[in-house]
Amino acid sequence: MIETPAGPAEPMVLNMGPQHPSTHGVLRVILELDGEIVLKAKPVIGYLHTGIEKSCESKTYSQCITLTDRIDYLAPLSNNLGFCLAAERLIGIEVPKRAQYIRVLLTELTRITSHLVWLGTHAIDLGAMSVFLYSFREREEIMKIYEYVSGQRMMTSYFRIGGLALEPPPDWLDRVRRVIDSLPAHIDEYEDLLTQNRIWMARTKGVGYLSPEDAIAMGVSGPLLRASGVAYDIRKVFPYSSYDEFDFKVQTQTAGDCFARYQVRIAEIRESIKIVRQAMEKIPSEGPFRAVVPGVIPPSREEMKTSIEGLIYHFKIFTEGFAAPPGEVYQAIESPRGELGVFMASDGSAKPYRVKFRTPSFVNLQSLPKLCEGRLIADVVACIGTTDIVLGEVDR
Amino acid sequence: MESQEIGKNPVVQKLKDWDAKAVAEVIEFRGETTVVVPQSHLLRTAEYLATEPTLRFTFLSDITTVDRFPIEPRFELNYELLSLERQQRLRLRVRLPGSEASAPSVTSVWPTANWHERENFDLFGVRFTGHPDLTRILLPDEWEGHPLRKDYPVEGFR
Repeated sequence: MIETPAGPAEPMVLNMGPQHPSTHGVLRVILELDGEIVLKAKPVIGYLHTGIEKSCESKTYSQCITLTDRIDYLAPLSNNLGFCLAAERLIGIEVPKRAQYIRVLLTELTRITSHLVWLGTHAIDLGAMSVFLYSFREREEIMKIYEYVSGQRMMTSYFRIGGLALEPPPDWLDRVRRVIDSLPAHIDEYEDLLTQNRIWMARTKGVGYLSPEDAIAMGVSGPLLRASGVAYDIRKVFPYSSYDEFDFKVQTQTAGDCFARYQVRIAEIRESIKIVRQAMEKIPSEGPFRAVVPGVIPPSREEMKTSIEGLIYHFKIFTEGFAAPPGEVYQAIESPRGELGVFMASDGSAKPYRVKFRTPSFVNLQSLPKLCEGRLIADVVACIGTTDIVLGEVDR
Repeated sequence: MESQEIGKNPVVQKLKDWDAKAVAEVIEFRGETTVVVPQSHLLRTAEYLATEPTLRFTFLSDITTVDRFPIEPRFELNYELLSLERQQRLRLRVRLPGSEASAPSVTSVWPTANWHERENFDLFGVRFTGHPDLTRILLPDEWEGHPLRKDYPVEGFR
């Protein structure tokens, strides 16, 4: 017989990650365990830190846009939008309505693709393999729209300061309509697979509870906050890019667990489809796709070739950039993951003096110990999945 | 959303009525209000803004440092506050000299400040007194220097 020593057992320390399939990148969590129970969880981050904020300080405003794509690589257009809006606010540019509606349409498609990736990977973490295959099939159709409009599937850099990079192809809205019309049936499919699924419910219901008070104290935003019953959505509270002209509901749940967050995200996909439909109605077929501000926004191709001022401005903008008035702005948008804030300080030169990206993943990840402490080790996987972090965005 | 007249913001007026010494300067730019607070008054002001029932700035969005090197005081700490009930934003700013870059931690008021302050410590070397665990967060522990300072070269030290 094996004798076991008397007295309290020491907790076991287990390293989860940084190389672990269900940490969605290179997240490391140091777990202190008592048997199967998590006593303490400590996220360790920084493995993907690339110094994007420092790089921005040595680039002109327009050059920074390509870097923003790479922060949250599942929602590059949301990052583009946050950065462009901040720069436009700093300089004081009014963007034409047509460009604003196109921006709304594309960022809502981004929200759908981002939530689809979340749904697929979260389901695969919890053992439901097939949802992943379906959701990536639909995501691919939307990625084809990005490619058709901007020439790139992922790192589009399609939004520029003052409007868009280029005029979208004439029949692009037909493609959007085709994809959007097929989506609701697919969402029903995912719900058939998951919502009433007993294993899915057992793995998510009551798991990872976050109270509204804790959520606010931890600065949590996005679907996480709304699943805890706080109806904070920047699109409604501080509307940007003409979101106040769109009719949509802020989706909330009160349970505050993983299942509630699943419900919120599914409902948000359906709301986004509604917004995309409205945007398709609103977008005029003709009109400027970027503002006209000589010396700040590049002139049209035609003007650059035919007028001497146009040529000079074109040359100056792409070699030296443009000077922004000194001052600081903070522009927040509702990215698929929550409050994406861009703090921009200018000293009056052509390069931003300081750019700070307040990324939702970074802040939301801080609540991970609150979600999984006191629960089983298997629930840690569910809790990481449900916070919907992108490590590129956490580490920047 | 256009900028109001300077100092006419009711929140600023309330702050001034509460303690005139807590408001060193008010900056209005593009419709955003920045209240510059002396370093010694930061924690008290933060507590007041978060708990006063008519203000309720319970949500801290972000803490950002701006390095004005070689201008002194060198560091500017920007606290982006949000009142969910009143749907209003406010920025608190503290200026810190390079020789003593240290501010009181606001983790007791807003627990979310924990990681934000660690990030500012990591990248700028600003110290937060009273912080529960002031260690590097993005860079390795043995890293030398604070890369987001203006006297740190973009390509790093070689």
